[in-house]
Amino acid sequence: MKTLMLGNEAVARGLYEAGCSFVSSYPGTPSTEITEYVAKYSEVYAEWAPNEKVAMESAFGAALAGKRSFCGMKHVGLNVAADPLFTISYTGVNAGMVIAVADDAGMHSSQNEQDSRHYALSSKIPMLEPADSAEAIAFTKLAYEISEKFDTPVLLKMCTRVSHSQSVVEQGDRVEASKPYEKNPGKYIMMPGNAKLRHPVVEKRTKDLTEYAETAPINVIEKGEDKKMGIITSSTSYQYVKEVFGDKYPVFKLGLIWPMPEKAILDFAASVESLVVVEELDSFIETHCRNLGLNPKGKEIFSNIGEISQNIVAEKFGIDTNSGATIDAVIPNRPPVMCAGCPHRGLFYTLSKNKVTVIGDIGCYTLGAVAPLNAIDAVVCMGASISGLHGFNKSQDDASSGKSVAVIGDSTFMHSGMTGLVNIAYNNSNSTVIILDNSITGMTGHQQNPTTGYNLKGDPASKIDLEALCRAVGINRVRVVDPYDLAECDTVIKEELAADEPSVIISRRPCALLKYVKHNKPLAVDADKCRSCKMCMKIGCPAISMQNGKAVIDNTLCTGCGVCEQLCKFDAFKSSKEAN
Amino acid sequence: METKNVMIVGVGGQGSLLASKLLGKLLLTKGYDIKVSEVHGMSQRGGSVVTYVRFGDKVYSPIIDKGEADFIVSFEMLEAARYTEFLKPDGKIITNTQQINPMPVITGAAEYPAELEEKIKSAGVDLVAVDALSLAEQAGSAKAVNIVLMGILSKYFDFTVDEWNEAIESSVPPKFLELNKKAFALGREVK
Repeated sequence: MKTLMLGNEAVARGLYEAGCSFVSSYPGTPSTEITEYVAKYSEVYAEWAPNEKVAMESAFGAALAGKRSFCGMKHVGLNVAADPLFTISYTGVNAGMVIAVADDAGMHSSQNEQDSRHYALSSKIPMLEPADSAEAIAFTKLAYEISEKFDTPVLLKMCTRVSHSQSVVEQGDRVEASKPYEKNPGKYIMMPGNAKLRHPVVEKRTKDLTEYAETAPINVIEKGEDKKMGIITSSTSYQYVKEVFGDKYPVFKLGLIWPMPEKAILDFAASVESLVVVEELDSFIETHCRNLGLNPKGKEIFSNIGEISQNIVAEKFGIDTNSGATIDAVIPNRPPVMCAGCPHRGLFYTLSKNKVTVIGDIGCYTLGAVAPLNAIDAVVCMGASISGLHGFNKSQDDASSGKSVAVIGDSTFMHSGMTGLVNIAYNNSNSTVIILDNSITGMTGHQQNPTTGYNLKGDPASKIDLEALCRAVGINRVRVVDPYDLAECDTVIKEELAADEPSVIISRRPCALLKYVKHNKPLAVDADKCRSCKMCMKIGCPAISMQNGKAVIDNTLCTGCGVCEQLCKFDAFKSSKEAN
Repeated sequence: METKNVMIVGVGGQGSLLASKLLGKLLLTKGYDIKVSEVHGMSQRGGSVVTYVRFGDKVYSPIIDKGEADFIVSFEMLEAARYTEFLKPDGKIITNTQQINPMPVITGAAEYPAELEEKIKSAGVDLVAVDALSLAEQAGSAKAVNIVLMGILSKYFDFTVDEWNEAIESSVPPKFLELNKKAFALGREVK
């Protein structure tokens, strides 16, 4: 039966059909749904790990034990997991192991647009790249065959447009797969003596895989009628090429993006008058072609920044596209904002009001950086707030420590913030860390984590005691505040900044979007009392706007959190019941 | 059949994903090749959101580019204006007339443009502007704006009301079925 399936759901289906029985991942857009979908199959054990490194090492352990295993992550997550990646390449696997990495060209929800294909090359691990959901199922299953045949983990490269597009698939049945565990120290203990013997095995494997690539069923040449130009492409770029040219020109579609074939590409190049490579981000296929002595057109016409589209392909080849109608109006942007009732708002308002330098982190709360709060100074990567603050303060002999903080979410703290806090305590910088504990991983769409008390399947789980953890690593001052209480936030932040030792403030209130969170009645503005001072506009709440000079509340958005009410000096905010 | 393109645009949280799900299910029963693309993550937090629905004999690209949309279904007036350049010269925009101020307007850094309906029309666009929010409330919930808009869109497709209703049945929980069927009917009655 044909069904419409999201690319990520299709990877999950492929895992199920391939007999994968162990999944460990950390959420990250656009990869998250793979693991959420696969968790729905009772045959598959699936979990959220605290970070991608732990996920990959756990998946390795499962493969070692003889179970087909998987871990999924976004492109920057693979940086976190790069340490095991490069050495699992040496050990190889027992049962098959597949690692999905989802790139985000165009940075729809990411802090950089790195091209993960380079990881395949540098870790010497084969990488498959599906172009739609049907391929996502088929390539996932093939990845396990390759993994076991060539004794290697296999990378499955996704991207936003494949992960988050639904297309038509047909489903198959699950085939169980497992192998016995056998102790093999020479293969699995990577100390120098053994690793030196494994490296040549890896190089030989790459040669064998290159040979396999020459005739691999997922490297497909589509004949075109016009041999003036031949196009080598892959993934979503293939779709844009076909959208524009249909069957006009010969197309070499690479499903195995590393290692790439050599003879097959040389033969293809020889069969056409000119060669073009269409690929998003870096010159990867093109560089390979150049290494083979070819001189294709690639990045000299296509940018290595952002996504490609059918119009971009058309324009590069001089084909006219429709230019849409233009409107005689300036259209304001509609950037993402903190939701009405978001517990982060009151905390960021307090930091902004006190003119505190804020080293931020990755999550919904990065939105504290935008107007009108403008409360963040720097954001780099998961966990960097705490370690960044330590360096910021220590390098200035703590001259800055009375007016600077790190802010980090509960899930990000578990991911890679804890080690930074250990460093603050161990190397004693007088730093103040604020953990924004909203009891969920928010930005990626509400995933459980070790602080929430539930696991991926929704079952009760061990719950980290954040206060005890902070004390255990050596922080003596640990305070908890309710971010809806502006006076309390202000007092505690001032006290902890003034304190002469490291401290942690836990700003604790669950995400307003969580189903179990009960909202108060929406507030309303008493127009007679509103003096148009716009104090309530300083918190950037999407539920408040000024109309005809008076503050107005959108009662479809307002959760009655009361933060605006605390800012109003004229007592103009009332619960809607009172105002009526 | 040449590929048809429907864009569904709005503000994060307005329910555009249900609309695309419904459309996808209906098109699948007709045997089309289909691609439906959405962007998750950052764009959901009250930002501008866009979903692409493409169907035909063979659909390659998952996205709709400028000048390609046969229909733009918009949940909000400013978003209709934002994506007008994606419309084909003979395409049609169906929009809810609701205005939701984006943060730059709320903070006073930008203005919500006046008379957008007239401005879109004077750009030569075939525009159907409807107060879908009122119709959704009439059906029983402000959240049914998405289904009201699908009701309006349905008049331009060759599928029967029964076929649309079957797709609604397979897309919404049973307890909201009657509400959504009513919302669809109210949309379809719009002249």
